[in-house]
Amino acid sequence: MVEITDIFEIKDFSIYYGDFMAVKNITLNIEANKITAIIGPSGCGKSTLLRSLNRMNDLILSSRVEGQVLFQGVDIYHKDTDVIELRRRVGMVFQKPNPFPSSVYENVAYGPKIRGVKRRSQLDEVVENALVRADLWEEVKDKLNESGLSLSGGQMQRLCIARSLAQQPEVLLFDEPTSALDPISTANIENLLQELQKTITIVIVTHNMQQAARISNYTVFMYLGELIEFGDTDTIFVNPQNKLTEEYITGRFG
Amino acid sequence: MAIFDEELKALREKVLKLGYMVEDAIRDSVKSLVERDSALAREVIKGDHLINALEVKIDEECIRLIALRQPVARDLRFITTTMKITTDLERMGDLAENICERALELNEKPQLKPFVNIPRMAEITQSMVRDALDAFVTGCSQLPYEVIKRDDEVDDLTVRNFEELLPLMIQDSKIIPLALKRTYVAKYLERIADHATNIAEMVIYMCKGKLIRHMEISE
Ligand SMILES: Nc1ncnc2c1ncn2[C@@H]1O[C@H](COP(=O)(O)OP(=O)(O)O)[C@@H](O)[C@H]1O
Ligand SMILES: [Mg+2]
Repeated sequence: MVEITDIFEIKDFSIYYGDFMAVKNITLNIEANKITAIIGPSGCGKSTLLRSLNRMNDLILSSRVEGQVLFQGVDIYHKDTDVIELRRRVGMVFQKPNPFPSSVYENVAYGPKIRGVKRRSQLDEVVENALVRADLWEEVKDKLNESGLSLSGGQMQRLCIARSLAQQPEVLLFDEPTSALDPISTANIENLLQELQKTITIVIVTHNMQQAARISNYTVFMYLGELIEFGDTDTIFVNPQNKLTEEYITGRFG
Repeated sequence: MAIFDEELKALREKVLKLGYMVEDAIRDSVKSLVERDSALAREVIKGDHLINALEVKIDEECIRLIALRQPVARDLRFITTTMKITTDLERMGDLAENICERALELNEKPQLKPFVNIPRMAEITQSMVRDALDAFVTGCSQLPYEVIKRDDEVDDLTVRNFEELLPLMIQDSKIIPLALKRTYVAKYLERIADHATNIAEMVIYMCKGKLIRHMEISE
């Protein structure tokens, strides 16, 4: 028997902004080394749920949670959680590429430096490694000292992925990572995610349903803060079990 | 109605039209044999290219919709079902044409014995085609399951048809070529019923999202 390991176990989990309940009592397991896509109409709580997985939502003062999120069996909302370490292990890449206004090299070396990697040779190795994994090395190896902001949109997004990878995360969270990119850059990122999935777990919010269909193993459909359907991506796109899911993915919503 | 919904509706109507054409071809092919109407047989043969042309048109439309609309879920199942159904319908048209070819040959010679099994088979197969397509347009019901059950009846009649001809062939070997041609006609009808069964199975797939081909029907 193949052992299925759930890296996240989300249990009866709700997220509030003040009195507003943005995520309603969700129970969901995220399997390790798979791509899980979260889809649903704007405002249904996808980003809110995603951000809760590495406690990015802590940065929003009005937000609070109920229920549990276990990361490798440990409750990440426990008071003893080292949030900095959690965010290293569970990285996040946003919709708009947001490199630091510094060199390509410094962008990637930033995290490792903070973690105390000081030897130049060791930093070089970490940076090269991360850029190779982000499929960017060949394009930037001769301009490591140029500004990260001088790259193309698709390259900047891969630079942000490299920056996250340099932290050696176990999970990467992506919030609509290709919605600002052209089709070729999008295809590059999609290929990259499928490559990365071999070694890390990926959770991606996307409003591009074909993207979810192309790259994910599991799909979560949310509506008005609720989880409506969760299943194999094959099942969701060929034979969804819930009427609402079917209406949404066939474009007949509302 | 959204454009895509209208396109799907138009597609459904084309499949129905193809179905009517095939039903007519089956009925006329058997009529040309039973009533020894060779002119009718030639007409059916001449009309087969219209069935082929509509099949191609429907397939092209399906391919276009897949490329442009990127259908998923029930839309995807509807379109893939349509593509398979039209292949079955087109094959039925070919088989009706084959029946007409045998009718032309048989009509040249005196009739061996009155037709009993073949008209009955034609009736059942036509009803199978009609009901399979009804199920396709009206959606999920018991109808496709009933179509699949009727296939057994056609199989039985195929066997009976042969068993009734066999003693005649043993008695008089000169009639063997004619008797064999009548056996072929029964075999063609049996194959038509098999195609109708395929359609019913695809309709069940379309409704349930589960392929039931090569499985025992329990419902
Ligand atoms: N910082 C915030 N403060 C208050 N409400 C918010 C905040 N962020 C999101 N919301 C609300 O929570 C709901 C879910 O938002 P979000 O998670 O961004 O949805 P999605 O990513 O699915 O578009 C929306 O109604 C949104 O208006
Ligand atoms: Mg969002």
